[in-house]
Amino acid sequence: MKTTETPAPVPAESGTGVRRTGAPAVREPRRTKQEGGVLNVFSHGILVTWAIMVVMPLVWAVMTSFKDDRSIFSSPWSLPDRLHFENWARAWTDARMSDYFLNTVLVVGGSLVGTLVLGSMAAYVLARFDFPGNRFIYYLFVGGMGFPVMLALVPLFYVVDNIALLNTIHGLILVYIAYSLPFTVFFLTAFFRSLPTTVAEAAFVDGASHTRTFFQIMLPMARPGLVSVGIFNFLGQWNQYMLPTVLNTDPDKHVLTQGLVQLAVNQGYKGDWSGLFAGLVMAMLPVLAAYIVFQRQVVQGLTAGALK
Amino acid sequence: MQHGKYPFVVGFLTVPLGLYALFVIWPFVQSIYYSFTDWTGLSPDFVMVGLDNYRRMLDDEIFWKSLQHSLLFALLLPLVTIGLALFLAFMINVGGRRRRGGPVISGVRGSSFYKIVYFFPQVLSIAIVALLFAFAYNPSSGAINSVLRGIGLDDVQPLWLGDPDLALWCVMAVIVWSTVGFFVVLFSAGMASIPVELYEAALLDGADRFTTFFRITLPLLWDTVQSGWVYMGILALGAESFAVVQIMTTGPGGPDYSTTVMVLYVYQKAFRDGQAAYATAVGVALLIVTLAFAAIVMRLGRRERLEY
Repeated sequence: MKTTETPAPVPAESGTGVRRTGAPAVREPRRTKQEGGVLNVFSHGILVTWAIMVVMPLVWAVMTSFKDDRSIFSSPWSLPDRLHFENWARAWTDARMSDYFLNTVLVVGGSLVGTLVLGSMAAYVLARFDFPGNRFIYYLFVGGMGFPVMLALVPLFYVVDNIALLNTIHGLILVYIAYSLPFTVFFLTAFFRSLPTTVAEAAFVDGASHTRTFFQIMLPMARPGLVSVGIFNFLGQWNQYMLPTVLNTDPDKHVLTQGLVQLAVNQGYKGDWSGLFAGLVMAMLPVLAAYIVFQRQVVQGLTAGALK
Repeated sequence: MQHGKYPFVVGFLTVPLGLYALFVIWPFVQSIYYSFTDWTGLSPDFVMVGLDNYRRMLDDEIFWKSLQHSLLFALLLPLVTIGLALFLAFMINVGGRRRRGGPVISGVRGSSFYKIVYFFPQVLSIAIVALLFAFAYNPSSGAINSVLRGIGLDDVQPLWLGDPDLALWCVMAVIVWSTVGFFVVLFSAGMASIPVELYEAALLDGADRFTTFFRITLPLLWDTVQSGWVYMGILALGAESFAVVQIMTTGPGGPDYSTTVMVLYVYQKAFRDGQAAYATAVGVALLIVTLAFAAIVMRLGRRERLEY
């Protein structure tokens, strides 16, 4: 957490600042100067190459989504002759991207709120109260981070089926919450521990109940932690593929990732590649746009856990 | 503060713990139990068969192939991804031209731009990335072969995913592409928090940049590298490789089982072939591989923690 906030690229900033003032020439030892220069060209070369490798596939996808099927096959890198917006319309309605979006929003909305509420409740209790079994429960949660989820998915399918939650939105929400808890509890427990105890104690002495102290004092204080872990879970749940593939096989309930893969399989027969690419880009752009806008928070949220 | 805590503790823990136990812990326990039965998953009847599933696994050629591929993933992917990420992060933070009056070591210009762009794949679903590359690899109309034709390499038109010798490498390349950016940003944050005086002292003593990397940067970053290594290995054995192999390859897992991995094999045995018990046995093997991997990395990577 802390480490990501502080380091802002100080050297680069101060360096350019000084450079602009154009300090008068004081001879530098030649060796370091040359070395710095060569290294600089070299590193820019490498860095630009990787940036191109990251961006090109995405640009190609956007371009392809505006082309007609014939030119997709004949010349993959040519610019579209005109912007075929009908691809997007087709993907949105005929290919049911609108339904998949709606399903994804419902599932992620429900599970994100649930994860944050339940995760912070458990984390608060584990961080602040002494009781027999506290450590055991904590490690039970944290241990879930390293286990291969697929192993549990085989029986889980039948557990979910038995309680009639298979292929339902609320069933998927509950499962998402359960599988998001390990990291959430791990992260928030550390966060609650880092908050000062005095405020909550004062509230308690003034007669607030534990529950009220939690919701009115502790949760607002924990806001930065909740934002970080919230972004982490949002992306994880929005992009989830394995859980819905196993537990959500009804095409009407498909989420975006599944819907797209299904679409790709079906398009193999229908040959509507342009529509499929439109769907892909449609699913990609909102997340990329949100990332660019909330860049700092997203990076903080996603790297927070690893830096602890 | 601890007064009247028990009703509160119980009240706050029941729901999260119950959900977690039902959807995560209980299926895990069950799947280990099922691995000793002949349960098909299709009917509720089964009998105990002892170690039969495990014995069968030892003679199962496809299981060995999937194990081999998974081990290759766990060994190679963290090495390549983290190596590349460290290299790029070092270039970003230390590759800058030395400016008069500025710090001895500085980031390249536009370092924050690189970090933003490199992070793109991290916010996209691995399913979407896999779909995109499945098209890019298409031998006749894909972006990659089209680039090769464009630069005059008309004779070099590999089948990529269709070639049993190449398919596995294609799959791994996609996982590297989608994960490097995360580690670049993670390591950059760590590198930026290393005090500049350490570099200054080393450079004064005549160390070149490569020595500073191995003697200063890497040791001070060791904790982050190590947890990144474990994290990447778990991804490479689990969710990430499942999505990529299942979506991109023919079969999936083909051609000729050249790309099958353990997590995919568990899925196929349980949900395609109706051999749930056998699938859980393979899943237990995957669990053992995952735990062994994490234990080995933690053990080999143990170093004295450096404070700075």
